[in-house]
Amino acid sequence: MAHAETHDPNTPLEYRSETGRLNILGFWIFLGAEIALFATLFATYMVLEHRIADGPSPGELFEVKSLLIQTFLLLTSSFTCGLAVHEMRRQNVKGLITWMAITLGLGLGFLYFEIEEFLHFIHEGANIGTSAAWSGFFVLVGTHGAHVTFGIFWVTMVLIQVAKRGLTPATSAKVFITSLYWHFLDVVWIFIFTAVYLMGMVMHNG
Amino acid sequence: MKWDEFFVTGDPMIYGADVSIVLTMVGILFYLTKYKKWKWLWDEWLTTVDHKKLGIMYIVSAVLMLFRGGVDALLMRTQLAVPEAKFLDSQHYNEIFTTHGTIMIIFMAMPFLIGLINVVVPLQIGARDVAYPYLNAVSFWTFFIGAMLFNISFVIGGSPSAGWTSYMPLASNELSPGPGQNYYLLGLQIAGIGTLLTGINFLVTILKMRAPGMTLFRMPMFTWSSLVTMVIIIFAFPILTVALALMTFDRLFGSHFFTLQGAGMDMLWANLFWLWGHPEVYIVILPAFGMFSEIISTFSRKTLFGYKAMIWSMLLIAGYSFLVWVHHFFTMGSGALVNSVFSITTMAIGIPTGVKIFNWLFTMYRGKIQFTTPMLWSLGFIVNFVIGGVTGVMLAMAAADYQYHNTYFLVSHFHYVLIAGTVFACFAGLIYWYPKMFGYKLNERIGKWVFWVFTIGFNVCFFPQYFLGLDGMPRRVYTYSEESGWGPLNMVSTIGGFMMGIAFLILVYNMYYSFRYAKRETTGDAWDGRTLEWSTPTAMPPFYNFAKIPEVTGLDHFWRQKQAGKVEKLKAEDIKPIHMPSNSGVPFIMASFFFVAGFGMVFDWMWMAIAGMIGVFATLIYRSFEYNDGYYVSVEEVIETEKISK
Amino acid sequence: MRRLKPFFTFGLLMAVFMLSGCSDMIVLDPKGPVGAEQRDLIMYSIWFMLFILIVVYALTAFIVYKYRDRKNHKGYDPDNEGSHLLETIWWIIPIIIVIALAIPTVKSIYSLEGPPEESKDQKPLVIHATSVNWKWVFSYPEQDIETVNYLHIPEDRPVLFKLTSADSMASFWVPQLGGQKYAMAGMETELYLQADEQGTYEGRNSNFTGEGFTNHTFDVMAMSDAEFEKWASETKADAPELSKGQYDKLMLPGHVKEMTFSSTHLDWVDHATNAEYALDARERLGYEEKIPHSRAAKEEKKKREEEMKKLEESESESESHGDSHAH
Repeated sequence: MAHAETHDPNTPLEYRSETGRLNILGFWIFLGAEIALFATLFATYMVLEHRIADGPSPGELFEVKSLLIQTFLLLTSSFTCGLAVHEMRRQNVKGLITWMAITLGLGLGFLYFEIEEFLHFIHEGANIGTSAAWSGFFVLVGTHGAHVTFGIFWVTMVLIQVAKRGLTPATSAKVFITSLYWHFLDVVWIFIFTAVYLMGMVMHNG
Repeated sequence: MKWDEFFVTGDPMIYGADVSIVLTMVGILFYLTKYKKWKWLWDEWLTTVDHKKLGIMYIVSAVLMLFRGGVDALLMRTQLAVPEAKFLDSQHYNEIFTTHGTIMIIFMAMPFLIGLINVVVPLQIGARDVAYPYLNAVSFWTFFIGAMLFNISFVIGGSPSAGWTSYMPLASNELSPGPGQNYYLLGLQIAGIGTLLTGINFLVTILKMRAPGMTLFRMPMFTWSSLVTMVIIIFAFPILTVALALMTFDRLFGSHFFTLQGAGMDMLWANLFWLWGHPEVYIVILPAFGMFSEIISTFSRKTLFGYKAMIWSMLLIAGYSFLVWVHHFFTMGSGALVNSVFSITTMAIGIPTGVKIFNWLFTMYRGKIQFTTPMLWSLGFIVNFVIGGVTGVMLAMAAADYQYHNTYFLVSHFHYVLIAGTVFACFAGLIYWYPKMFGYKLNERIGKWVFWVFTIGFNVCFFPQYFLGLDGMPRRVYTYSEESGWGPLNMVSTIGGFMMGIAFLILVYNMYYSFRYAKRETTGDAWDGRTLEWSTPTAMPPFYNFAKIPEVTGLDHFWRQKQAGKVEKLKAEDIKPIHMPSNSGVPFIMASFFFVAGFGMVFDWMWMAIAGMIGVFATLIYRSFEYNDGYYVSVEEVIETEKISK
Repeated sequence: MRRLKPFFTFGLLMAVFMLSGCSDMIVLDPKGPVGAEQRDLIMYSIWFMLFILIVVYALTAFIVYKYRDRKNHKGYDPDNEGSHLLETIWWIIPIIIVIALAIPTVKSIYSLEGPPEESKDQKPLVIHATSVNWKWVFSYPEQDIETVNYLHIPEDRPVLFKLTSADSMASFWVPQLGGQKYAMAGMETELYLQADEQGTYEGRNSNFTGEGFTNHTFDVMAMSDAEFEKWASETKADAPELSKGQYDKLMLPGHVKEMTFSSTHLDWVDHATNAEYALDARERLGYEEKIPHSRAAKEEKKKREEEMKKLEESESESESHGDSHAH
């Protein structure tokens, strides 16, 4: 395990330690595995989408309002997350923490509306055991939601470390990695938004 | 849950197993306490992050699993030796072939290869450790705990019995209730985490930790094969993770992915399983190819023939491995077009494999071939693997596959590839790198006995099975009638199976014998090797591997240096302090929590599952807040270790 | 060479064994056009495979013998890294072999999707084959009769099997008539077979379905057209009707003897569109699969076997049935 540190001021802080560089590369590769994971879940949902047994079809119950709120919250959070990393690059710990806190707030908001939506579906008689289609829906969207939940805890932990230790090559690499994770979840959501919700509603109504 | 459901009762063999497990446990505890080995165990092994020690632990676990899976195999062969045998009942037989398959693939073949990769690859690329030593320990312990969880099933709760492929709806709650199938799901899931992490770890290690001068096209073939394997792991294992999770949801939380009710789709499981399962076949064969390349080149005293073609053929195989999964169920009625396409892609995968065979043969051409045991295993590989290869092409012809499918023809085919490919490689690699791991060679004379008994036994066991298949004997039947006429060939097959069992025992004896009597190696270059792992001055590399990181100028750098008489002597002034990672007990503890969580899920005790998962997250948080940058090995200590005279 | 001798002796023995044993092995001894087409494809491919094996073994023997390490070793060339010519050759040869194998394979795949070429103009006999752990239920919709665990078919006429399953994924296979196809709950697969010779052929489920899988078998009797028609009309006249209650009991996991009915379950359920029927029937009968090894499972099994016996008795009550069932 090499430990060389680069002190070139043009190198972003998170890339200055060997560990930081390796961890960031490793995390990119991990995201590759995550893509395979979500791709499998998407494929499963696509296959099962029309197998609704006696239950309602997903497209029947989707609601535009809740969907737009969730999408808006998550997309915005990705933007504020980007601002946080921008502040980190400027060595502004306070800016970093503030923007990240906003990101977390938006993430929590997203979760609130997602859970509310799930409860609504369950109220309407669609739960994980209703049909193959709904099993696929809850597990795909739920896996994304679980990722967001995990992300909120993770970012919080990293922020505590930044608050305690300030910005070092080690903490900044952690912040940067969590930001990659957060943006990735945003991208996955865009696919869910299109492939699950939009297509589902179009197919139901059109 | 009642006691007679919790403990497996009623079978004398199981009671025997209960007793022997308890006795072994007591024996180990007694030994550790009496000889005050607890601290040694904790400091040297349970908390280690050293890739060589982790590799050895992988291999030891894999050999144990080979024993377990082998016993399963012999029980099956005993039952099938004669028609209408009453040795095992149907349910017991079904459990045994299920655990045999699962254990051999997931808990034997893969960890054996990953163990050898762990020991060898960092040394071959001139690195002091892997990119993430801590994560490496997490990988090992999650694999180990997954294997243990799966293995206790035969005394607690009952083993899975739906086949290693676990086709739905047979594996559903309605048709296979109880903990058995859950063991399969959770054991594989937990071990799978470790495999995925290994994939990431070694991909980054190989990409980023190579010694200066070692460009991608100067890497040894085993490192190349590991690199390609890791890429397959990274894209294939998440599919398994999802498939297992979905079935777990079906069994524990009432979802309807693959069930009969709620419009579930059993074919989806078959597709997801083989979308992972076929790449998995290449995960366990490519490292084997890599090892044979090294061994054949070393003992032919000659550069590998067609180095670049070898690499391109591997990359092609890796790509193809994701495009052939449908050939596992041509009989599902997917239509002529689908079957034709997958027939052709499957046959096409034989092309790069054939190229590799010829390249190995021509590596020996104009060489100076020495018949050491690793080389014998490699030659045995070529001769036997080709049979597995050509029958694979026969199976790829969908129209004919309708007759081979689900028969002993198929069983024989995949044993010819997996044993003659993977198992031969594991033995060859183990013997080849044994001096690197333990400082002495295994006895060659006994080793040759192992080879001949095993190889002949292997052929006696599996060759007749092609004919049994063509005579209509389906796989997975627990007995057959006298009139079927399958008796004689089955008896022959069983005799072969026991020959393999005897060969395994001789191998274990050889380990003991060599431990007692083998001459200890005095240099690091036991076989007159070609690659960097042989360049360490001591037989077993020190924990930091290289006192000075080598600089590489070409393929087979070490061999060329030796030929030119220019092997560098280590000088005291070249040595700088070496940074190394600290040991950590967290991976072991985290894996233990995984065990608790997994066991809870198996029995559907959610309180226990949740408690276990809280433990897992607690260790994650602990690790996140731990800022341990490792430590430096002083110049004096390195000089002392390397025994350099000033 | 001495070292490798056992290999070659063994290989040679096996090759002789293989060629002499061909006609004994049922897959290579088909009794109908479908199986014959597959046998021809298999034999065609075996010749290629033997050729490949001979080339590889001859080359291995030659190289290993000639370049073994010994005194007066000649021709050692440690830096020989490859040869574009040779490598091109062994990229091209396998490609040619694959093409040579792919063409007849694809042809056969397409031809096996339909009835055999020789009887294209005949109307195929349709039989619904339903697998339920661990029995086969065969319905003849045109004749309006149903059999369990045995089949009668006319010779020289294509039979279209419509395959489905009431529970586990099974595979319908009559090796001497032709290759298998899966039978899956909630859907239908189709398989054409034909017998060219009269006789009794063994058929079975070849896809693992749990505890009773080994005996998940049936017999196929191929007979002349006239005999078949006679059997069908006699069965229709003499065999008992299948009641829903009896059929529910058939849905329990277990084995039963051969049975015959003069009506089919298709009147009220088609498992190809209803995957839940068997599970519902089990529930109606108060049956639930238990954890293997447990005492409850043993009791359940005993209960199930009694139900099966009762079912067999209820079918046998019809006296004239004995004649129509003879085969």
